Amino acid sequence: MSAAQAVEAVFRIESARIIAGVARVVRDVGIAEEIAQDALVAALEQWPQAGVPDRPGAWLMTTAKHRAIDLVRRRETYARKLAEVGRSLEDVPPPDEPADPEDIDDDLLRLIFTSCHPVLATEARIALTLRLMGGLTTQEIARAFLTSEATVAQRIVRAKRALAKAGVPFEVPYGAEREARLSSVLEVIYLVFNEGYAATAGDDLVRPALCEDALRLARVLAALMPEEPEAHGLAALLEFQASRIAARTGPDGEPVLLADQNRARWNRMLIHRGARALGRAGNGPYSVQAAIAGCHAAAVRYEDTDWPRIAALYGRLVQLVPSPVVELNRAVAVSMAEGPEAALPLVDALAREPALRAYHLLPSVRGDLLERLGRTGEARAEFERAASLTHNAQERTLLLGRAARL
Amino acid sequence: MPRFLTMIRIDEQDLPSDEFPPEFEQRMGALLEEITKAGVMLDTAGLLPTSAGTRLSWSGGKISYTDGPFTETKEVVGGYSLTQCKDKAEAIEWTRRFLEIHPVEWKVSAEVREIQEM
Repeated sequence: MSAAQAVEAVFRIESARIIAGVARVVRDVGIAEEIAQDALVAALEQWPQAGVPDRPGAWLMTTAKHRAIDLVRRRETYARKLAEVGRSLEDVPPPDEPADPEDIDDDLLRLIFTSCHPVLATEARIALTLRLMGGLTTQEIARAFLTSEATVAQRIVRAKRALAKAGVPFEVPYGAEREARLSSVLEVIYLVFNEGYAATAGDDLVRPALCEDALRLARVLAALMPEEPEAHGLAALLEFQASRIAARTGPDGEPVLLADQNRARWNRMLIHRGARALGRAGNGPYSVQAAIAGCHAAAVRYEDTDWPRIAALYGRLVQLVPSPVVELNRAVAVSMAEGPEAALPLVDALAREPALRAYHLLPSVRGDLLERLGRTGEARAEFERAASLTHNAQERTLLLGRAARL
Repeated sequence: MPRFLTMIRIDEQDLPSDEFPPEFEQRMGALLEEITKAGVMLDTAGLLPTSAGTRLSWSGGKISYTDGPFTETKEVVGGYSLTQCKDKAEAIEWTRRFLEIHPVEWKVSAEVREIQEM
């Protein structure tokens, strides 16, 4: 392994912590990231000759914080800033002393809450969080979201500017605001995972790398907020969902439905981790979704699935987060628990939902129910309609195949 | 993100006789917490001595069993960790940190192996 590789590995491990620690001094995540990069350059210049220091993380952090303090001192608002920084100045430990782990945790939480701030558009939150917390390069983010590197870079620059302009404080919110802000953090991680799990565009059904990045963020958040049941709920949900990734696509990348998946290919360790996280989850929407995913994971064969329990959990979820998509999932569970005739009225009631007008899973589910009821002509029409609505090439092939078989 | 199995090898004939020094236990606890909080650690554990182990081998169409201790092997696996890292360099860096917190007079080695994803 080359010295440069070693330095980069250290930097990747430490990068979020350094950005977070510096942001506490300079109160600006954009500047903090630049300073962290400066510290990396310094390490790349010095370590290959002088050797990697005993505490590389502390070395980087100290170097970055000293630069941050220099910068703050140079700013025009010298006096005011110095008053703010006075405390932080004393915070900088000598390079051979580890920082207090609790301080680091607080800084990391501030960083993720800031990068997921509602002042930013969802896309900007996602890009900034992956960049600052996940340590992804703009190139990696661009590849994951099938967009150009320039677009992502621009998005991140604008996001940093928007945070500075809005004067977003570098803090974890308390009180009434906390709940809403935590939802935003959880949602960003969930969206990243979903984009990898059910790619909305392109030819690949799954982009596992993105799922792994999201899963890592979920694990980090649950470890930083051990008292937060929904953080464990989200981690549990993603562990369970990720456990099935290998079984969800066939040899040619075609989607394999839950009923047809080879359960021997489900990752037992991820299921075990999901179950452990579920034990610390609560009653919020992510925890309920995790409980549903846990029911699927617990079934050794598809026939063993506890559909009545899943239908009941969807009933709870509908009350927590009423949405046509959740209603549709509940209808599927009801059809499995009580039969297709019980579920058809639920699905038909959704046909008038404007939100589902272009949602391919609505005709896809309806087609499935009609097929089970022996109404093949109607079922075929629904599958064809679903195929015309999906943006995913692999899914379209599957749906057209189902129509052709009728 | 690749997964890595890191096998920690020790010489059972040459183990530190007395208790673990308390500061070592502390450092180990802090490091494990750090690796977990980084979202990297999937699973880790120490193993009972090889005196409690059994080896099975399949050769010439027959199974044979050998109960431990396995004295003919100089270094045996005494623990393992399963991590998920961006690349091997990151896995090696965490492993380096793990080895570095051990007392100076101990001899421990670690083998970092990438898991072949199917």
